Amino acid sequence: MSLAKITSLTGRGVFVPGNDIDTDRIIPARFMKCVTFDGLGEFLFHDVRKDPATGQTTDHPLNDARFKGATILLSGANFGCGSSREHAPQAIQKYGFKAVVAEGFAEIFFGNCTTLGIPCAVASREDIARIAAAIGQNPQTEIVVDVAKQEIRFGGQTVKAAVRDSARDALVNGRWDAIGELLEGAAAVKSTAAKLPYLAA
Amino acid sequence: MPKSLFEKVWDAHAVRTLANGQTQLLIGTHLIHEVTSPQAFGMMRDLGLKVAMPHRTFATVDHIVPTDQLVEPYSDPLAQAMMDELRKNCRDFGITFFDRATGKQGIVHIVGPEQGITQPGTTIACGDSHTSTHGAFGAIAFGIGTTQIRDVLATQTMALGRLKVRRINVTGKLRPGVYAKDVILHIIRVLGVNGGTGFAYEYGGEVFDRMTMEERMTVCNMSIEGGARAGYVNPDETTFAYLKGRPYSPKGAAWEAAVAQWKAVASDAGCHYDDVVNIAAADIAPTVTWGINPGQGIAINETIPDPAKATAVDEKASIEEALAYMKLKPGAPIKGTKIDVAFVGSCTNGRLSDFQEVAKFVQGKKVAKGVKAIAVPGSQIVALQCEKLGLDKILSEAGFEWRAAGCSMCLAMNPDKLVGDQLCASSSNRNFKGRQGSPTGRTILMSPLMVAAAAVTGTVADAREVFAVNNN
Repeated sequence: MSLAKITSLTGRGVFVPGNDIDTDRIIPARFMKCVTFDGLGEFLFHDVRKDPATGQTTDHPLNDARFKGATILLSGANFGCGSSREHAPQAIQKYGFKAVVAEGFAEIFFGNCTTLGIPCAVASREDIARIAAAIGQNPQTEIVVDVAKQEIRFGGQTVKAAVRDSARDALVNGRWDAIGELLEGAAAVKSTAAKLPYLAA
Repeated sequence: MPKSLFEKVWDAHAVRTLANGQTQLLIGTHLIHEVTSPQAFGMMRDLGLKVAMPHRTFATVDHIVPTDQLVEPYSDPLAQAMMDELRKNCRDFGITFFDRATGKQGIVHIVGPEQGITQPGTTIACGDSHTSTHGAFGAIAFGIGTTQIRDVLATQTMALGRLKVRRINVTGKLRPGVYAKDVILHIIRVLGVNGGTGFAYEYGGEVFDRMTMEERMTVCNMSIEGGARAGYVNPDETTFAYLKGRPYSPKGAAWEAAVAQWKAVASDAGCHYDDVVNIAAADIAPTVTWGINPGQGIAINETIPDPAKATAVDEKASIEEALAYMKLKPGAPIKGTKIDVAFVGSCTNGRLSDFQEVAKFVQGKKVAKGVKAIAVPGSQIVALQCEKLGLDKILSEAGFEWRAAGCSMCLAMNPDKLVGDQLCASSSNRNFKGRQGSPTGRTILMSPLMVAAAAVTGTVADAREVFAVNNN
């Protein structure tokens, strides 16, 4: 299986402020009653994009026409906490995002994103604020999330953006979906299993 | 070199190092359910793959099942479609399915232990973050996403980076009316919702030594709410006594051999921990949440945090956001806050002992007027155990609705939902915005006994006062 080598992504950005944005916020559980991931994109951040009382669209950044078509999602600390549901990164990807930049990520969410080829880059609060200010002034600002160099370039500025070694390696070398490599290990799996009584039985 | 249980289990299951430096880790037991598996089976079909170890893969249905409708087709066609899909996938791929007709259906994290599938020294994966529950047995158990479910189905392995281990000692004796749920809510409050990032939590000390398996499960269940990828307790006689005679537990000579291995897998004295945290049991009070993540908790007698007194900008903003959503007043006592719904159940607190404790104290009392109270057993077997003891009758007479097994109002993927901005006293594990099915619904997490106290008083209450609790 040949996968894209994700070394760098270029696009416009949108800043969704807040810490501890959880997977239920990203996609409420009631929209997970499905047997495929198709169509999840439209429910991304549903309950904060639509006023539950009136059904009217809110002033959530994703409702702001200026940021339509953004492919880089920026947020705060501990992004994606909560559930292991892949529905959350799937909704982000299906909506059109190619990369997420935050102050930090919850563990399972980070792994799920990487497996889908969505780089999760960690930047400082000040740097994220700087990028947010630039896109606030000019939503057309081109942002480059350089996974290989671990930096983000925008409007003539460059800031640091860390991508954990194992994830960076997987993304830039086109092995972010591990299935091929895992399948190749079948013989080794067998011998490891044979040494474990509960599996040998 | 002395080793921790985590290191022993990891090393025994490490197949090889992958090109990106992660480990290909053998997963001995794979548990699946209807919400996160259908897409994985879809990927399996697209790639023409077979399930590597169908005999090590077990399925149940929990998230979407209605708790007040036993006959199919379910009134929600989407729920029925998920049910049908799981049934078909289990049939097509040769996987054991604990369907309702087997009498063994229930929340996946309750079914595994009660069948004896969950065992010490094993690795377990499931497409659900509360898989950490199984760590109560000294297993290393991971919640995974759907693409990883595909990986485990196809190869019985997954790619993972090694975790650090934090030992959390809780020493001394818990005060009367303080439960396992309070212990974990307290731990998350102290260490934060992302304090566990990169760690597996090893829970130990006298408090854990004394806990029953059901109590250990409650604690391990919420490890993920503290950001830890896994949580476990070293196996001991309590673990072995629980497992003896269960359907999937080893039998005869194999049992003796297994116990010897399980004893050996426990952390060695003097092993290395990347971090150690000590908590005094006496410092733990009945704990309730006031905000929108499980780390936003306070002792029942404390007042709701005031953003004006926050020391950091972040803290101020998060308190303000939480209080605006929860419609709570800063500086006010949490005790006395009016509730609309009381929920006892979930993979955190939906086991026999949870209902026994509630029944013991609500017997002869009534749920307050205007409060909807539901009790949802975590599995069909838990339901049967409760019914044999007459707990269902005690709860029903008190005004609780006694339901059929499932995840129910913990995440409200079935018809059990909050309406509007109802406030729910809940024995579940998450108080995220909208978690219990209404985009404006509000959740206060607490122990089952505290839910019972809230149910009978109609307010957030101190169970120790309401029920004159003076022992555990």
